[in-house]
Amino acid sequence: MELHDVWFVLIAVLWTGYFFLEGFDFGVGVLTKLLARDRPEKRVLINTIGPVWDGNEVWLLTAGGATFAAFPEWYATLFSGFYLPLLVILLCLIVRGVAFEYRVKRPEENWQRNWETAIFWTSLVPAFLWGVAFGNIVRGVKIDRDLEYVGSLWDLFNPYALLGGLVTLALFTFHGTVFTALKTVGEIRERARVLALRVGLVTVVLAVLFLLWTQIDSGDGTSLVALVVAVAALVAALMANQAGREGWSFTLSGVTIVATVAMFFLTLFPNVMPSTLDADWSLTVTNASSSPYTLKIMTWLAAIATPVVVVYQGWTYWVFRKRIGTQHLADAAH
Amino acid sequence: MDMALAPETLARWQFGITTVYHFLFVPLTISLAALTAGLQTAWVRTEKEKYLRATKFWGKLFLINIAMGVVTGIVQEFQFGMNWSDYSRFVGDVFGAPLAFEALIAFFFESTFIGLWIFGWDKLPKKIHLACIWMVSIGTLLSAYFILAANSWMQHPVGYRINEEKGRAELTDFWAVLTQNTTLNQVFHSFSAAFLTGGAFMVGIAAFHLMRKKHIPVMRTSLRLGLVTLAVGGLLTAVSGDTLGKVMYEQQPMKMAAAEALWDGEKPAPFSVFAYGDVDEGHNKVALEIPGLLSFLAHSDFESYVPGINDTNEALQKQFGPGDYKPIVPVAYWGFRWMIGFGMASFSLGLLGLWLTRKRFLLPAAWRTGEDEVPHLVLLKKPLGARLTRLYWLLALWTMGFPLIANSWGWIFTEMGRQPWVVYGLFQTRDAVSPGVSTAEVLTSMIAFTLLYAVLAVIEVRLLVKYVKAGPPELTEADLNPPTKIGGDLRDADKPMAFSY
Repeated sequence: MELHDVWFVLIAVLWTGYFFLEGFDFGVGVLTKLLARDRPEKRVLINTIGPVWDGNEVWLLTAGGATFAAFPEWYATLFSGFYLPLLVILLCLIVRGVAFEYRVKRPEENWQRNWETAIFWTSLVPAFLWGVAFGNIVRGVKIDRDLEYVGSLWDLFNPYALLGGLVTLALFTFHGTVFTALKTVGEIRERARVLALRVGLVTVVLAVLFLLWTQIDSGDGTSLVALVVAVAALVAALMANQAGREGWSFTLSGVTIVATVAMFFLTLFPNVMPSTLDADWSLTVTNASSSPYTLKIMTWLAAIATPVVVVYQGWTYWVFRKRIGTQHLADAAH
Repeated sequence: MDMALAPETLARWQFGITTVYHFLFVPLTISLAALTAGLQTAWVRTEKEKYLRATKFWGKLFLINIAMGVVTGIVQEFQFGMNWSDYSRFVGDVFGAPLAFEALIAFFFESTFIGLWIFGWDKLPKKIHLACIWMVSIGTLLSAYFILAANSWMQHPVGYRINEEKGRAELTDFWAVLTQNTTLNQVFHSFSAAFLTGGAFMVGIAAFHLMRKKHIPVMRTSLRLGLVTLAVGGLLTAVSGDTLGKVMYEQQPMKMAAAEALWDGEKPAPFSVFAYGDVDEGHNKVALEIPGLLSFLAHSDFESYVPGINDTNEALQKQFGPGDYKPIVPVAYWGFRWMIGFGMASFSLGLLGLWLTRKRFLLPAAWRTGEDEVPHLVLLKKPLGARLTRLYWLLALWTMGFPLIANSWGWIFTEMGRQPWVVYGLFQTRDAVSPGVSTAEVLTSMIAFTLLYAVLAVIEVRLLVKYVKAGPPELTEADLNPPTKIGGDLRDADKPMAFSY
């Protein structure tokens, strides 16, 4: 296994970390409209991710920075090619971060309501668009001999990619629902479990369709294994939810995310961004990667820093392990 | 194509707008994180309530500010790929590594521990909670260090080789990138300017309350801390500015010649105080100069030769082939002056304040004040009159944004002064833009970011004003009795959180 292969795996790990973590906090954002009955419940939802959403988002920045360093050509083609969808994602993430932090800073109802609406939309839209983006990466896009994206904006919104978007949206919402069941107490917890069943069933249907389509299009033996794991874990997560085993349900929905991302990357390898115009113009782990020296330094960095990050982020979850309900909310503004 | 709408022009505008905007928040975040941490340390060590109230007050302003810093920083991580894909392809092997280091080491630190700090008041024992804000502070400093190392490589590329076959720069010595003198000087200069900024911010707000004789114990302490930070930060900014300038004279003589609007080399060279140039003709129409000073700034003696814009342009043409290697001279010239002018103004105000509010040194005993009194402003033997005192407080308040202007012009100067290069001597800005991105796309994103940023600026400033006016919060029982166990008190199942979103 050469270093650029190692980095292919590490980029997959970073995206997995991102989707696993921000997946549920996007989901929680969506639930502010789907699950919460009143504004105190919305607040409970927001506070389940309050201390952690920012750290979760850094997985994305790290995936971006690491892609720049390890696969500059991939970074350049992907982000200049998917320009407008990425712009929308960035705008959403900007508003979303400010919304969490500023919502409680004024007591006026209008002010808080507006930020709550913002949290809903800026969670929903990126959750959908990341799926569209990965759908396109996996399926391949029009890349010319200079490794430039030459397709149009509308090429990115093809049926396969749109289905991918629905899958990530549904899956993250499901992940957020079981997370809510795990992190809250009181009535909202019960309703989260009921909602998890419904969202989960929709997710199963969408995911099976999308993953099978992926498998038939460009899968092989290993991707089939990932597919089976993803679907089995999702079904098991639903069963665990029905049995009231919230910890298991959350873990298993996490496994679904891990397996889904794994399937994307297994399908891709050794490409990182296939060209639909000519297979020779595809970006691959070899033609898109950095020099061995840079990859070596990056490998040292990842080997030392990543475990440390996982430990202290994990510790944060432990510090804030207590379930919360409406009775735990602090004053309405401070 | 019309230059005004060329993707290069628009991409540069967008980079300028988003980066200058981002950098309004960065220096405040860096300094306020450390200052808040310092105040909290004082609380933990002395248990004096004024320190905890100060921690909460400045901590709140810090949080309002860092939220903007964080979210506007996300754009920076992706903007290179979006608008500057050919740049990314050319430099990624070198430039990407410090960005990845920044994300994996600094961003995780900052973001994770800030969550622990915000929500941790009733979940973490005092000392661990204190450690969290220090971690945030370390995170902000590390983040700035790595991104400045990346920028320094654009100013003065080292530790690389050119791979002709792949048409890109490749890293050969990462240590050189992290420790070259451009990096160290830029880090020194930016860090000190950050503390100058935070000091001025603290002084201005403390002055606002002291003028009204409100929240005196907290604001008196804050004033003192702010003044010391401002004075030390200002002094170090000047010192590091001088050394960074000397480095730049070696590495980018064109930038420094433009900073002086020195069209033709002179020996000894004068420092220009005011000039109005005729750019097309290549000389100044009006010039007010201090003889010999520029030679000193460049080479530490009053005699030596300093090359001018025209000489340097010719030398660069010989080195790199035909072309125009001049930046926009008036921008470099005035940017340089505004940077120094606004920075020095704040620094002077800080020095003055430090003297006026001295506690004992050469201060007649009659004018010494206690911890719950507004300090007298004593110039020599007697306090200033009511009008002059008020004038000083007002000046401090209304100039608290000066360092922000200085920082912005500093960046505009150093980035625009490097043009036409994006990586000095290696790669020109016009070759750096994304060939596949259309004018409409860049225009869309530029307008979207500008509008959103404008709206957020209004919201942010109004929130800051609200919390500045509110003053330090009263302390609660919970504040004074922090938990002794990690995770807080788990027995009282329904106890409300100390803080919730």
